[in-house]
Amino acid sequence: MTALGKLFRTTTFKLTLVYLTVFALFAAFLLGYFALNTRRLITEQITDTVNAEITGLSEQYRLGGIRRLVAVVDARARRPGSSLYLVTTFAGESLAGNVTSLPPGTLDNAGWTETAYRRLDESDSADHPEHRALARVFQLPGGFRLLVGRDLDERERLYNIVISAGRWSIAIVIVLGLVGGLFVTRRVLRRVDAMTETTRTIMQGDLGGRLPVAGTGDELDRLAENLNLMLERIEALMHGLKEVSDNIAHDLKTPLTRLRNRAEQALRSAKKESEYRAALENTIEESDGLIRTFNALLMIARAESGQARENMSEFDAAEIAHDIGELYEPLAEEKGIALKVEAETPAPLKGNRELISQALANLVDNSIKYTEPRNATVNGVPGEIVVRALSEGDRILLTVADSGPGIPEADRSRVIERFVRLEQSRSKAGSGLGLSLASAVARLHGGELTLADNNPGLKSIIALPRGGPVQIGG
Amino acid sequence: MPPYPDINGQRPFGRIAEAQPDRVTMRLLVIEDDRDAADYLVKAFREVGHVADAATDGDDGLAMALGGQYDVLIVDRMLPKRDGLAVIGALRAKGMETPALILSALGQVDDRVKGLRAGGDDYLPKPYSFSELLARVEVLARRRVGRSEETVLRVGDLKLDRLSHQVHRGQEEISLQPREFRLLEYLMQHAGQVVTRTMLLENVWDYHFDPQTNVIDVHISRLRSKIDKGFSLPLLHTVRGAGYMIRDGAR
Repeated sequence: MTALGKLFRTTTFKLTLVYLTVFALFAAFLLGYFALNTRRLITEQITDTVNAEITGLSEQYRLGGIRRLVAVVDARARRPGSSLYLVTTFAGESLAGNVTSLPPGTLDNAGWTETAYRRLDESDSADHPEHRALARVFQLPGGFRLLVGRDLDERERLYNIVISAGRWSIAIVIVLGLVGGLFVTRRVLRRVDAMTETTRTIMQGDLGGRLPVAGTGDELDRLAENLNLMLERIEALMHGLKEVSDNIAHDLKTPLTRLRNRAEQALRSAKKESEYRAALENTIEESDGLIRTFNALLMIARAESGQARENMSEFDAAEIAHDIGELYEPLAEEKGIALKVEAETPAPLKGNRELISQALANLVDNSIKYTEPRNATVNGVPGEIVVRALSEGDRILLTVADSGPGIPEADRSRVIERFVRLEQSRSKAGSGLGLSLASAVARLHGGELTLADNNPGLKSIIALPRGGPVQIGG
Repeated sequence: MPPYPDINGQRPFGRIAEAQPDRVTMRLLVIEDDRDAADYLVKAFREVGHVADAATDGDDGLAMALGGQYDVLIVDRMLPKRDGLAVIGALRAKGMETPALILSALGQVDDRVKGLRAGGDDYLPKPYSFSELLARVEVLARRRVGRSEETVLRVGDLKLDRLSHQVHRGQEEISLQPREFRLLEYLMQHAGQVVTRTMLLENVWDYHFDPQTNVIDVHISRLRSKIDKGFSLPLLHTVRGAGYMIRDGAR
């Protein structure tokens, strides 16, 4: 009973019922209209024939008087068929015809009447039922009356056939509709149940579960596919979140421990004011570094979750390349590195200007950190960094090429991950988050960060779609 | 090592106060629900010579801001009873134009934009350093005087013409790159006030992110070599632990 109740409560079943009602009403209307029209048509035909016959008979009367009329009517009345004839005197005595037992008074009024009658040849037997007829009474000059009519049995029979056909077809529509509806509903319900089941297991914590796709490409499949995409995204986000918290745990706890140790040590062993001061200054410096790391982490998490999509606007990537180049040029020069910008033509781009600037700044900062000065050449090439912005098809490329040591191909994808710094660079300052942030920003815009060989050196490329990120499913 | 505020004396922020002998006393209102943080700020502001009051929720803060003649309001973003942005909104709706600096634990770019749109004049993400806050508050207070309207800025014998884009030190013309010009212009607009690196990055470069390496220092030293090198009296000073200041050292 509960299974049936569940079936009846489904949307599919309710829809089936609504459609069924509509179709049944429509069929009933159609058949009713058909039946009534048929009936009207037959009635019209009868009246036409009767009128013609009355005209003919009254013509006979005019030509040959009552005797001729009686002879003609007698002849016609004897023919088999559904025609009714009766000629009476003024007093109502029958002169000729094939009709009897009319209700009294039928002949008193001229005009159309629908009446019960018996045929003359059936009048003796009581088991013959009364017939109904449509007849016209006509007043002949000289007090005679003429009745001409047609039996209505045929009309009624036809009408009844149509009506019963209508009843049957409506009954069949309802039965077939209900059965079909139940069938479809059960099918849909089974699939929805399967989905619900999967959802429940996912809710219980198994994020790897996916909704079943029947492969028919219908709307349920599309729904399932989209939900699966969503689940994948959620899983990726959850994974990212877990990674972030793991990294926070690891990379923030380390400096926090250091901070605490130093403070403790100062308390234990510092004697002079200057020693306390040094310890406190150290503490502030250390906590500033912590804040910086923390901010970078938050920024990456935000970029990865796609929240920063709201602040997108149109701007010129070449301008950004020039601005960032200009910002870092003195720093590079101070280190003896030449920093050049090659971005002559405008490269219009839609995105978050601040984040893209920051990503490019991180790449330039990285390159400056790892490139040796011009006079101390690496592999015979002077220290040089080139920042470029260029259009390539429907993408905008922001590249930073340096002549530093580069990154071995095997390590390239790894360094983009959070906190990964290659062993030789452990000594350099930095949170190790610069490349991760640049990568997260690129992905936020539907693009990517790739690292390539600059022969020698490193070439970092941020490739972004010109029109901004493409929204999934929209 | 940068000399952070003196921990032993009674005036931890005395050093910052010393860097700016011509400091004008301001009346400040701190609206912050964390009582420790509020007390710390009030105490620190008083030590550098300002008058500071504190309110611990939005309603009190609004009432005090409406009643008192404050020069700058320091408003925490999240407050009990009435949100910080709502406090500023209510003040602005009543026609009060007292500059307001928003403090917020939400440090993201769009959050900053939201704060400024709600009527805030500056935005500082937590955690902040007191010297950064102080520098920004003093710039806000001074902005009311309308110094930015002047077309020729002078500090000592240094002259910057904003219309012709020419800079002179004494009789000598100094040629500057466009960005150097804007950097100097910003410093001179706030002559006698501490300007932090972040403020420079925000106002001269329009960036609100952390550039990791201190790129600003290099720009300043370039500018310094152009305007101070070869002159007996330096004008561009480094305020250690806080930022930079341009001022006529002769006074």
